[in-house]
Amino acid sequence: MATLFSKPHAMADVPLHYCPGCTHGIVHRLIAEAIDDLGIEGRTIGIAPVGCSVFAYDYFNCDMVEAAHGRAPAVATGIKRVDPDHVVFTYQGDGDLAAIGTAETVHAATRGENITVIFINNAIYGMTGGQMAPTSLPGQVTQTTPYGRDVKTAGYPIRVCEMLSTLDGVALAQRVTVDCVKNVRTAKKAIKKAFEYQIEGLGYSIVEVVSSCPTNWGLSPKDALEWLRQNMLPYYPLGVYKDVKEGESRE
Amino acid sequence: MSKSANILLAGFGGQGILFAGKVIAYAGLMDGMEVSWLPSYGPEMRGGTANCSVCLSSTPIGSPQVVTPDVLVAMNLPSLDKFVDAVVPGGIILVDSSLIDKKVERTDVKTIYIPATKIAEDSGFKGMANMIMVGKLFSEIKFCSEESLDKGILKSVPPKKEKLIDSNRGAVKVGIES
Amino acid sequence: MSERVLMKGNEALAEAAISAGCRHFFGYPITPQTEVAAYMAKRMPKVGGTYLQAESEVSAINMVLGASSAGARVMTSSSSPGISLKSEGISYLAGSDLPALIINVQRAGPGLGGIQPSQADYWQATRSTGHGDFHILVLAPSTVQEMVDLVADAFDLGDKYRMPVMILSDGMLGQMMEPVSLPEKAVESLPEKPWATNGHKNQRKHNVINSLYINPPELETLLHERYKKYDHINKTEQRAEEYLTDDADLIIVAYGASSRVSRSAIDMARAEGIKVGMIRPITLWPYPVDYIEKNVNHVNSFLCVEMSMGQMVDDVRLAVNGRKPVSFFGRTGGIIPTPIEVLNEIKKIAGGI
Repeated sequence: MATLFSKPHAMADVPLHYCPGCTHGIVHRLIAEAIDDLGIEGRTIGIAPVGCSVFAYDYFNCDMVEAAHGRAPAVATGIKRVDPDHVVFTYQGDGDLAAIGTAETVHAATRGENITVIFINNAIYGMTGGQMAPTSLPGQVTQTTPYGRDVKTAGYPIRVCEMLSTLDGVALAQRVTVDCVKNVRTAKKAIKKAFEYQIEGLGYSIVEVVSSCPTNWGLSPKDALEWLRQNMLPYYPLGVYKDVKEGESRE
Repeated sequence: MSKSANILLAGFGGQGILFAGKVIAYAGLMDGMEVSWLPSYGPEMRGGTANCSVCLSSTPIGSPQVVTPDVLVAMNLPSLDKFVDAVVPGGIILVDSSLIDKKVERTDVKTIYIPATKIAEDSGFKGMANMIMVGKLFSEIKFCSEESLDKGILKSVPPKKEKLIDSNRGAVKVGIES
Repeated sequence: MSERVLMKGNEALAEAAISAGCRHFFGYPITPQTEVAAYMAKRMPKVGGTYLQAESEVSAINMVLGASSAGARVMTSSSSPGISLKSEGISYLAGSDLPALIINVQRAGPGLGGIQPSQADYWQATRSTGHGDFHILVLAPSTVQEMVDLVADAFDLGDKYRMPVMILSDGMLGQMMEPVSLPEKAVESLPEKPWATNGHKNQRKHNVINSLYINPPELETLLHERYKKYDHINKTEQRAEEYLTDDADLIIVAYGASSRVSRSAIDMARAEGIKVGMIRPITLWPYPVDYIEKNVNHVNSFLCVEMSMGQMVDDVRLAVNGRKPVSFFGRTGGIIPTPIEVLNEIKKIAGGI
């Protein structure tokens, strides 16, 4: 019988711990597919973050390092500087990348550090149980914004791709989502392109994946994706914010 | 035979205090002595006072900080005021008298007044009063051989500033003869 | 031995690190260690190495963690406030069993403190440079030559035991120049690191560098294993220099800058017929308790001299364990004690003996 569907080689054959409806699993798979497609598993090193995806080091078959909260870009920098032939990616959530690790993120980007960053933006802290993230939307109710995020006291969300696209060191900044087949395909292409840019030595590449968190949003997986489409995408428009090969353009 | 000495050089930042200390220390090293050089550091380097401790010894050097100098080289008034009482009885104070009007009142030390800044200018070595002082100090206490002193200068001038070797030598010579 | 040259401690240390095969330096400027970074910035490009000025100390130590994960011989340097910032990363290095060299050119604290020499980070260095159950090796040079000699040892020990190593220096040792012989030959080959995350090249299972153990019994077991290693180090890696201890009635215990001052004071005291000697710890962790043990019976008392309010004296008291009096003398805030001050302290005690 012909095999129609199988796990990518770069993905470990272990059950994932994610909640039902969580999009981490999809994004993991897209990364693993990109690694397979490019034939780079043997020279790829991934950096797992602190957050829901903290166990990502068990889910990929390439070498993996677990970083402290927010420090993945610094750890990635150290690995990359040891051997520029390493293909290095970080997998980071919104708290990791845009709160506690903002300095590491901005400076890795502005140095044009030749790494690929996969950024999961689900507008909430998942692992600690649903607190406000730097990307939580205005008015969004979380455990630490029980009356809704009041921008007067809690400030505004950070639009990471827009911010980083102003930096000269960035080669690719693209925002995607994985709410439907079409968008998953676009996400796959973006992730693969981000790795390709790194291999070509073009600089820092980031793919922001607008994601859902049904558990902490208090919604069913299906409703969560609908909430994402209704609320997240207007605030975080999909598209290419920077592409050194094609100039700045929106999809 | 070389002589052990604890030397404190002090003046303004920019007078080459640290460099003068380095020349003395390197000369001592070339002479086979144990040596140490300890600078003051921090914001005071930038235009304020600078000082440096140089120890020359035939035995391993314990504390490199010269608290009670055998020799004080004072190149401005605040430095003289600050350290004059610290000099050991029987010690030597070298005063750049073109910058310091004041006389040392102590009688238990030997004070040598030398208008180093003026001598440097007059002899074509403007800005090298520090080396005039090194020369004068050498002629006073012969802390090393003449050959070692010359080697000390050669070693202390960084390769990028090679062209300054001869003027440093010249200034030291003037200092020795003054 | 190569020709003796006059070099600043900070610069000699940096050159020694390059000789020892270090090709990666990640740091951030801070007085009084900046010469290390500046020297590396000048030298690393010439030897095909990496010098990177990080955006913060936090970032620098995590770059060190990354480079170490990838199997490189790597270092960072800082001064006291910067080490506080690095402590997160040092804990992660220890928790991930990674070697790395960390230099602390100590200045006075707490807070911004001052920039003059100090030894007030002893507790930080030896007790815990970060959260959790762990140790790092701590080496304390007292001369510029020893700064050089200990660098290669530090890298080797780090690799041997897969743990971070700190050289605990201070502003005096970092800033002063002394004659030094640099290693004549550079290290040519470094140990294999089969655990490194440097790409499995489709030839082995994937390596994981990690400090997370969510299951408490698993973490407890791991910590017990790590502490067996620490026990072994405690037994085998203690180092100290003894100075005139054989006939001493009083033994000074001092390391680094304050040991130099103490040595001057001891020479003065000996000239007056006072039988005083010194134990100068070279390893601060493991603490050289064997050297105290060896001398505890024949001396009348110990005097710990530090540039702090009294930190290492805790370890002296632990080692002496009440058998003899242990007193303390220190200057702090960036002040180096004078030999006369220490001599007076010696006389006070000797008079009482």
